Amino acid sequence: MIIEPLIAICIIIGLVFSALGIFGLIRFPDVYTRLHAETKATTFGSIFIGLAVILYALFRWDDAGEGISLAAHVLIGIIILMVTNATGSHAIARAAYKSGQKPDPSVTDALADVEP
Amino acid sequence: MIAFLVTTVFIFILYLILTAGSGTLGLWSYEELGAGIVLSLLVGAVSSRFFCKERSVRMANPVRILRLLIYVLILFPLEMARANLDVAYRVITGRIRPGIIRIHPELQTDLGILMLANSITLTPGTLTVAADEKTGDLFIHLINIPEGLEKKEIVKTSDLFSFFDLPAWIRRIAE
Repeated sequence: MIIEPLIAICIIIGLVFSALGIFGLIRFPDVYTRLHAETKATTFGSIFIGLAVILYALFRWDDAGEGISLAAHVLIGIIILMVTNATGSHAIARAAYKSGQKPDPSVTDALADVEP
Repeated sequence: MIAFLVTTVFIFILYLILTAGSGTLGLWSYEELGAGIVLSLLVGAVSSRFFCKERSVRMANPVRILRLLIYVLILFPLEMARANLDVAYRVITGRIRPGIIRIHPELQTDLGILMLANSITLTPGTLTVAADEKTGDLFIHLINIPEGLEKKEIVKTSDLFSFFDLPAWIRRIAE
């Protein structure tokens, strides 16, 4: 009764943030700001869609054992996604800076003193 | 020896989570438990050298694990939700002041610096671009630098997060 609206709310939040991530990817000017919009908003969206799957598996799955198994797998998927997303974003940003993509526009660049 | 035990128990818990809901003994079946014990002993023997590379097992302390769970389940999601709404607002309005700043978090261990850098990267609006390995300083790209903050050479970490002092929590967890 209360679970189904909760699942719907989770899916809607996830979809809204994923859509905002795509808007940011088109609107923002350089690689770093695009990384902000795309990777992060998409992670929040994926986490909420994963939460919806967990709720559905725990409360609406016919076979209880299969439901718990599915929920545990999605939970581990979310954790792995959070770790790899952070590492991957950092790797992309570092590679972009190393290959000469300066942040533009920017008000300050503390890294320029260390790695010209 | 203790590194082997810690690795084996960690892998066995991971195996239990992955196979939850498979049988009648609690959530698991006898076959899964037996296979899990054998496999975690094997994998623990092979991989304890990499898993506990520093020969330090301080993260096996239950208090630290409890703090880590509080951090991952309560404090960090709140920060992330606030930052997500902030970045959503900036996506719609386009009001940004991007730039790279330098912080000095005063964390000593590799694990602490890794946790802080990943927390910063996962929080929308902040992105770790590089780390200074000697001093432990982090170079962070902000999507919106508050007025006046770009003048300072080293920014205080408390200016980055709004609700909680995450570096202090990481120091309690990992050091």
